[in-house]
Amino acid sequence: MALKRPKADAVIIGLGWAGSLMANELTMAGLNVVAIERGGWRDTSTDFPTSMDTDELRYATRRELLQPLSVETMSFRNNPGQQARPLRDFNTYQFGWGAGGAGSHWNGMTWRFLPNDFQTYSNTVAKYGKGRFVTGLTVQDWGVTYDDLEPFYDKFERYAGTSGKAGNIKGVIQPGGNVFEGARQRDYPLPPLERTRAAELFDIGAKELGLHSFPVPAGNTSGAYVNPLGIHMAPCTYCGYCEFFGCGNWSKSSPNACILPALIQRPNFTVITESEVMKVNLTPDKKMATGVTYIDKQGREWEQPADIVVISAYQMDNVRLMLLSGIGKPYDRASLTGVVGRNYANQTVSGAGVFFENENLNPFIGAGALAQSADDYNSDNFDHAKLDFIGGANMLIHSTNGRPIGSANVVPPGTPRWGSEWKKTYKDSYQVGNSIYNQGNSYPHEDVFLDLDPTYTDRFGRPLLRVTFDWNENDKRSGHFMADRAVEFGHAMNAKMVFRNEPTAKHFSPMDNLSSHTTGGAIMGDDPMTSAVNRYLQSWDVPNTFVCGASAFANNGGYNPTGTVGALTLWAAEAIKTKYLKSPGALVSL
Amino acid sequence: MTSPILRRDLLGTAAALVGTAATLPAAEAAQISGSLPWSPSEGTPPPVEPTQPYTWEFFTADEAALVGAIADRIIPADDLSIGGKEAGCAVFIDKQLAGNYGKGTNYYLKGPYRPGTPQQGPQTLETFAQRYREGLAALVAFCASKHGGAAFTTLSAADQDALLHEMEAGAFYTGPVTSTAFFNQLIQNVREGYFADPIYGGNKDMAGWKLIGFPGARYDYRDVIGRRGEKLDLEPVGLMGRPGWNPA
Repeated sequence: MALKRPKADAVIIGLGWAGSLMANELTMAGLNVVAIERGGWRDTSTDFPTSMDTDELRYATRRELLQPLSVETMSFRNNPGQQARPLRDFNTYQFGWGAGGAGSHWNGMTWRFLPNDFQTYSNTVAKYGKGRFVTGLTVQDWGVTYDDLEPFYDKFERYAGTSGKAGNIKGVIQPGGNVFEGARQRDYPLPPLERTRAAELFDIGAKELGLHSFPVPAGNTSGAYVNPLGIHMAPCTYCGYCEFFGCGNWSKSSPNACILPALIQRPNFTVITESEVMKVNLTPDKKMATGVTYIDKQGREWEQPADIVVISAYQMDNVRLMLLSGIGKPYDRASLTGVVGRNYANQTVSGAGVFFENENLNPFIGAGALAQSADDYNSDNFDHAKLDFIGGANMLIHSTNGRPIGSANVVPPGTPRWGSEWKKTYKDSYQVGNSIYNQGNSYPHEDVFLDLDPTYTDRFGRPLLRVTFDWNENDKRSGHFMADRAVEFGHAMNAKMVFRNEPTAKHFSPMDNLSSHTTGGAIMGDDPMTSAVNRYLQSWDVPNTFVCGASAFANNGGYNPTGTVGALTLWAAEAIKTKYLKSPGALVSL
Repeated sequence: MTSPILRRDLLGTAAALVGTAATLPAAEAAQISGSLPWSPSEGTPPPVEPTQPYTWEFFTADEAALVGAIADRIIPADDLSIGGKEAGCAVFIDKQLAGNYGKGTNYYLKGPYRPGTPQQGPQTLETFAQRYREGLAALVAFCASKHGGAAFTTLSAADQDALLHEMEAGAFYTGPVTSTAFFNQLIQNVREGYFADPIYGGNKDMAGWKLIGFPGARYDYRDVIGRRGEKLDLEPVGLMGRPGWNPA
């Protein structure tokens, strides 16, 4: 029989960005909160000191901060006709592990999604007609709008210490920022990061093509900053060890730097580390959650009773926990019914390799989100009337690192992979090579979904999550169009060599490491027949369970997801504080 | 915003520190004069240079010689830099295979084994250490069959390259997969040995970093980021510093 802990007001599964933000809000509201984290405690100064952080092999190549695959991996197949196989080697899906979650080792690009991203269905129907959706696409509105979320994006940027330049303050366009962004109430808390030579070259290309260049909003601090919790952040040093690394310099927006130092001191907060939640426990009628069951480091089974359950693990694990707990009806591809596992999306990646002549890009000077970008071809920022797809991509050039193991493939295609010719080409390319990277909208399709694997299991013998994904026709058209734009951009920057990159032209593979930005599977919406949670991230079926994370995205934007994960979590926390606590029950009545 | 709890905790900590200082035993007092009381790299792990002769932890002597010879073809010695063998790539791989990487601690190696599509990635259940043992043995046998029993290490560079090209193209099997998979593994691990921090046993004298102009384990470029497009010629630094920091 399970050991039993005292009842909490709320139990939070997973202490990444979503879990930390939710715990912060609920404890400030006076609730007694217990978080359960699968990995260990991680502290900015002692776990990520700058004297040992700059180690490419340990963190980037061996991915030491990521959740080990021996703990849990996914199985993968391209289509429902195939048998899935487990992903045995590190790949594009990058789960967090430890307090801070993936928020410890992300790069920090802190975007707000565009207003159109939340209402793509309605806007597309109004502007281009229903016929614009390719067969099988399951695009639907989110149930929230950009305007609903704006105050919460603002709040997240303040907690995180985001560096950037506004493009639209209260409807007034700000040159030098992203002129396509939705109206914001004020500028970022910190100015943009320093510029690199790569950014200058990008600006040359953008000017030539008439595009609007701006610095990517960065979760890397451009200067000293004190956030609303009183936590001091220090200026980023452009060390070039960001993605896959922790930041011991207090310069990366992370739960470890921005939230946990304040949260951990509150007497009404407890985190139980190195303990994995097995399932959310439900009442016999499955209408309410009673808490969670977890297994601690010693292998003992515990029950943590709670009035509110917040599922805030990685996007995929949110879906898996719902399936393992029996919350919501699982998606069934054959009948096209059910909601849990539905509307999974990834990121439609394309681009171009660019190699210059007589340049010193000094790629080792970088930060995770140090990038120059153009949004002219993202979402519906351009007219699709004469095109046969929806969406597009943000285009950027990234000054993030020049780490030598990971850069060894940054050579012109056709270069031998070994021998003196590779060596000379790598040496010659190191200072002149980069790429235009397009991260594109990804729209859900009925053939793309998440469910439980029938064969492969995790360390506790529970089924792995099975990912069924390949590019849909809209992805392929959009990827092809955007690869053309990247090639065009490369030439406009006066690159000596430009190499087209169109991954959507072949089958998707997680082993290609294109993007870790997975979304959906437990999406929000207005209709319980097509969404797993309502507009407040509250389960339609189990109203004292909230599911926070990118799992709620009804589609993916042409951006990194974290800014929107933060905004949605704070929006849900506000609803819990101001609505749910006053009157526990369904926040949306049908 | 400072919570009352935070303030109380800080006061408590300060009081505790005062108490500690007042009760320090007299024997721990020290007089410091004339120079700082430390030496470079004091208190850090043992020296980077592996003991000579290096004692192989995983490889047999023959395997080590073979891996060294392969490393010298993947990254040959030439007028740009030293080769993979001299840089310590075999030592690096030996240490990796003897540790958690070799054991596959962080990888998913649970059965059942079933072959998959290329998109599903490698499916072998063997650890990296097992893959090396089996892959090197298969290469030895392949080499012997092509060269009248001769060892790889005795072949000319041109013959070694020819053999490795065949291996890369999948000329033989290691376990259930073609030799291409193991060759890809060799390329990756040799590159790691050549470019990882010298604390791992390779990248001798930071030769890999000097080759491409990578400044190494530095963590602060604020003083030079404004020099956009300039050739900076920053001398590399490792996690253990660099020779210039430790005068003989």
